[in-house]
Amino acid sequence: MLKKLFENIGLYFQMIWIIFSKPEKWSVFRKRVFDEIEIIGINSISIVAIMSVFIGAVIALQIASNMDNPLLPAYTVGYITRSTTILEFSPTIISLILAGKVGSNISSEIGTMRITEQIDALEIMGVNSLAYLVLPKIIAAVMFFPILVILSMALSLIGGWVALVGSDMGSTEDYVYGIRAFFRSYEVVYALVKTLFFAFIIVSIASFYGYYTKGGSLEVGKAATQAVVTNSITVLIVNLILTQVMLL
Amino acid sequence: MIEIKNLNKSFGSNQVLFNIDATFEQGKVNLIIGQSGSGKSVLAKCIVGLHVPETGEILFDGRSFLDMSRVEKTEIRKEIGMLFQGSALFDSMTVEENVMFPLKMFTNMTQKEMLDRANFCLDRVNLNGKNKLYPAECSGGMQKRIAIARAIAMQPKYLFCDEPNSGLDPKTSIVIDGLIKEITYEYNMTTIVITHDMNSVIEIGDRVLFIHQGKKWWEGDRKSILTTDNQEIIDFVYASNFMKEIRENMQNR
Repeated sequence: MLKKLFENIGLYFQMIWIIFSKPEKWSVFRKRVFDEIEIIGINSISIVAIMSVFIGAVIALQIASNMDNPLLPAYTVGYITRSTTILEFSPTIISLILAGKVGSNISSEIGTMRITEQIDALEIMGVNSLAYLVLPKIIAAVMFFPILVILSMALSLIGGWVALVGSDMGSTEDYVYGIRAFFRSYEVVYALVKTLFFAFIIVSIASFYGYYTKGGSLEVGKAATQAVVTNSITVLIVNLILTQVMLL
Repeated sequence: MIEIKNLNKSFGSNQVLFNIDATFEQGKVNLIIGQSGSGKSVLAKCIVGLHVPETGEILFDGRSFLDMSRVEKTEIRKEIGMLFQGSALFDSMTVEENVMFPLKMFTNMTQKEMLDRANFCLDRVNLNGKNKLYPAECSGGMQKRIAIARAIAMQPKYLFCDEPNSGLDPKTSIVIDGLIKEITYEYNMTTIVITHDMNSVIEIGDRVLFIHQGKKWWEGDRKSILTTDNQEIIDFVYASNFMKEIRENMQNR
């Protein structure tokens, strides 16, 4: 099992090396990047928006309902909601959600292309199939995931505000004050740097499992599942490392 | 012309090809036949570079494929057209986009020139007017014809067809065989067809290479295959009762 793991890691880095080669034609490559931005990024806006509003609302309500100590200032709800959202929820949890949605999509798309010989067809034509298929996806994710995370931050805070004020558990002034209290712009930078790493990891690992699929439709399904599991674990490990490196 | 010399290929401890030597001539339809699992598809994939053989030489008009750099291999692949068993059309593209794909990737043609070329190729395989369909909307026979149109879009010097008739009815198979034969002569290509369809052997096989248990067993033309004394060929060609009856009738004459 350990041997297989090391073989896969070696194969993964070999794949990364091939991916970053000069595209055959820039006009085709540019179009592929825009197509992937739509598939990976724009088509993920709705799920990110829904998740963010509801989780933001729940975070705010839970903090408010657990704050029965009168010594805690009223703005604490806004402060903790902001910190939780910016530091962890938006970059990490949203990335985990995207690891499921985008990762399984990429893995099954490329896996199906593999088993139906479409990748062989590209190779025989003389196209670098890895660069053609995967590089536009990586660029699209690296470009668009930060936008999704910023959107998620904003919508979570709005969701928290709506829930808090709507349920009469706090005031707008206290909540907004809390959001602005002790704000360090570095926290946003930290979140976005994490997101860039996660974007690269999610797309490259999903592509790896899809590209090296062998067999039939059953194996494509297994590859998609493996991609999501490996992505989730890797995102959590990298999150821990980046937190150690950037925040402590 | 494609020559292969002393080709050996294994997967782990399982050797699939043993010392294969063969010559595939230009302007002819060269068939590789054999039972399922005999190694004919592996042989074809070695020739086009999808598998790397352990030993041997593959020469495309005297140019050694295995000694080439990645860039040189990419260049020679632009001279190769391939028709896959399952057609291998790109699902997300229309018929027209599939045919135009190699042109977009490797030529500096204008959109109109590419469209004209795609229309010409589609017309050549009798598929004019189907440009905007997606592969999923086409029948198996149509998909094969689109794949042929895509394969000839770049006017290749070498054409590979992996079981072009699999999954097709006899009438459509004849159409596909006819197309392969016509375009081979028309463009003077070196065509290699992997098949186990005896109809194809009789219809289009200018040269026939019989692979058995990973070894080159027999080589000849479509006429001599019917009269050879080689027992493995006889077992392969006259496998059905119907063919056995034909053989008996031929012998009784």
